[in-house]
Amino acid sequence: MIDIEKEAARIAEKGECAPRLARDPVNLPMINNWLEAIGDQHPGYTKVAPPAMVQVWTMAGLHGQRTLDDPLGAMMKILDEAGFTSVVATNSDQTYHRYLKVGEHLSVTTSLEDVTGPKKTGLGEGWFVTTRSTWWVGDEPVAEMRFRVLKFRPAEKAAPTPEPQATQVIRPSVNRDTQYFWDGCQQGELRIQRCGGCGLLRHPPGPMCPECGATKPKYLVSDGHGVVYSYVVHHHPQVPGKQTPFVIALIELDEGVRMLGELDGEPSIGQRVEVVFTKVDDELTMPSWRPSADR
Amino acid sequence: MSAAIVGIGATDFSKDSGRSELQLAAEAVRAALSDAGLQPSDVDGLVSFTMDTNAEIAVARELGIPELTFFSRVHYGGGAACATVQQAAMAVETGAAKVVVCYRAFNERSGHRFGQVQTAAAANIDNSWSYPMGLGTPAAMVAMFARRYMHEYGATSEDFGRIAVIDRKHAATNPHAWFHNRPITLEEHQASRWIAEPLHLLDCCQETDGGVALVVTSAERARDLPNKPAHIKAATQGSGIDQFTMTSYYRDDLTRLPEMGVVARGLWEKSGIGPSDVDVAVLYDHFTPFVLVQLEELGFCGRGEAKDFVASGALELDGMLPLNPHGGQLGEAYLHGMNGIAEGVRQVRGTAVNQVGGVEHVLVTAGTGVPTSGLVLGQG
Repeated sequence: MIDIEKEAARIAEKGECAPRLARDPVNLPMINNWLEAIGDQHPGYTKVAPPAMVQVWTMAGLHGQRTLDDPLGAMMKILDEAGFTSVVATNSDQTYHRYLKVGEHLSVTTSLEDVTGPKKTGLGEGWFVTTRSTWWVGDEPVAEMRFRVLKFRPAEKAAPTPEPQATQVIRPSVNRDTQYFWDGCQQGELRIQRCGGCGLLRHPPGPMCPECGATKPKYLVSDGHGVVYSYVVHHHPQVPGKQTPFVIALIELDEGVRMLGELDGEPSIGQRVEVVFTKVDDELTMPSWRPSADR
Repeated sequence: MSAAIVGIGATDFSKDSGRSELQLAAEAVRAALSDAGLQPSDVDGLVSFTMDTNAEIAVARELGIPELTFFSRVHYGGGAACATVQQAAMAVETGAAKVVVCYRAFNERSGHRFGQVQTAAAANIDNSWSYPMGLGTPAAMVAMFARRYMHEYGATSEDFGRIAVIDRKHAATNPHAWFHNRPITLEEHQASRWIAEPLHLLDCCQETDGGVALVVTSAERARDLPNKPAHIKAATQGSGIDQFTMTSYYRDDLTRLPEMGVVARGLWEKSGIGPSDVDVAVLYDHFTPFVLVQLEELGFCGRGEAKDFVASGALELDGMLPLNPHGGQLGEAYLHGMNGIAEGVRQVRGTAVNQVGGVEHVLVTAGTGVPTSGLVLGQG
């Protein structure tokens, strides 16, 4: 069993690692690349670098290796061995003493400030590791950073909740004209508005028939079968009560009207589907669709 | 019509304006008045979108506009854009007001973002047939139309992507555009992440903080003002059969935008010109697929032929129908269509950064998938 706190104290005691020299001096091409990537259009960075770039200058490059006395590397290795194999950066606080001028050559030193844990987090149990870095031009400190990561043991993935959470779903607003539909869902019936005057089927419903002007809407109970007329696979952004990606389909019912609903399964236009009712809570049951079993 | 747009103004287009929406509106209106050579005291009418958070009276207070005799709002999000100018022109022509400013200003990126799921919108009874089912973003609502359009006409994601590539190409040479100097390739479009299949990220317009304002007055008064007026040859609104906001899924045909068909008929009839007389098209481009459908609805090509029309190069600056020379909303900024009208004015004036030669008529359209509007701007 590894004593993490003892190992941390041993590394912290060593203090700052030897200064590591930046690969290149502060230079305009890198400044321009950075400004472009960040989308910063400030015209002032021609002789000095944006302060927030400070970490860029001492990055180790694509194939960089940590130095042997790098305290963060040493601590990561110990936590890896102890089973805390995953890492996520949690925060980084930087202090800039002055602007860095083009041509200045930086070096960086790092010490281990703090290791705390084990903590239970949403990601799993882990240790917070805090280091402190100082950037130097010669013997002048020009910037500092406190950097914290969480080294954690990934939690077992919880099974996805199959039913939407009542508190999360977007609830329909219901009025006199639409009450029959939602009442039907609660009773396991997919209801389509039918005009009490001329018999016109209509969805979404309304109080006055656009064909004959009657204001006595009735309904028929649909067979609950139809075909996919069009569909969307929704990826972004998150939708309350749903897990992305998910499919929403526009279904053309056998009775002739169209209706939107979530579709469980691989979608294709023309595919036959049937209705499913999912109870959200005592007030709301949602209709959705799945590929037809029989046809 | 005998009214003209005589001034245009805008704030910077950013992702974080750092100021209130009212300040953005006031700055844009002041800039437009300055461009028009008019004073706040000349203004007696204001028009905006119902979605705008800046009340006419608040804008009037900030500008020091003393009295208003006309104030109006237009519904349906981006569909309102060209209709604000129609409102202004009607007010000027009927004598309800002499100088009307149309404005739209918001912190659409740093503040309230329309691209997110608007849970509160589900309170609208129409939305109860879509939002609770998980269809709650504009991108997903357009994607439903796009999928059917692809199915019926064999259009592909690349066909949609070509619109994004053209817009970003034009924005690349527009210093006011957010995506100035940042063109994209069709490969980058294809590689961008899914938002709502069949729409990639690069099929969806950006989000912007900013404001745009337009000054409308009579053609007669326009003659005494410093800039060349953009005459309003036609301005019209359109709503189609069985119309919904973004979810008109219950019509026979999902491959059309009948509301834009209504606008098109009105524009051609009132202006006396036809599609072949249009020198520049500023088409609303919040999502690429609807640019193709607009080309068909406006009569620039036949049904289902937009993909071939686009691929032919027709929409390039030197093509037969230069599209969105400012970069559109995909490239310049998303100001709910108002920045497109400002570009239309610059094209008529001859002062655009990507100026098309010999412009007689510019067509501008407003938001699609919603009740919408359109304009034909032209020389005197």
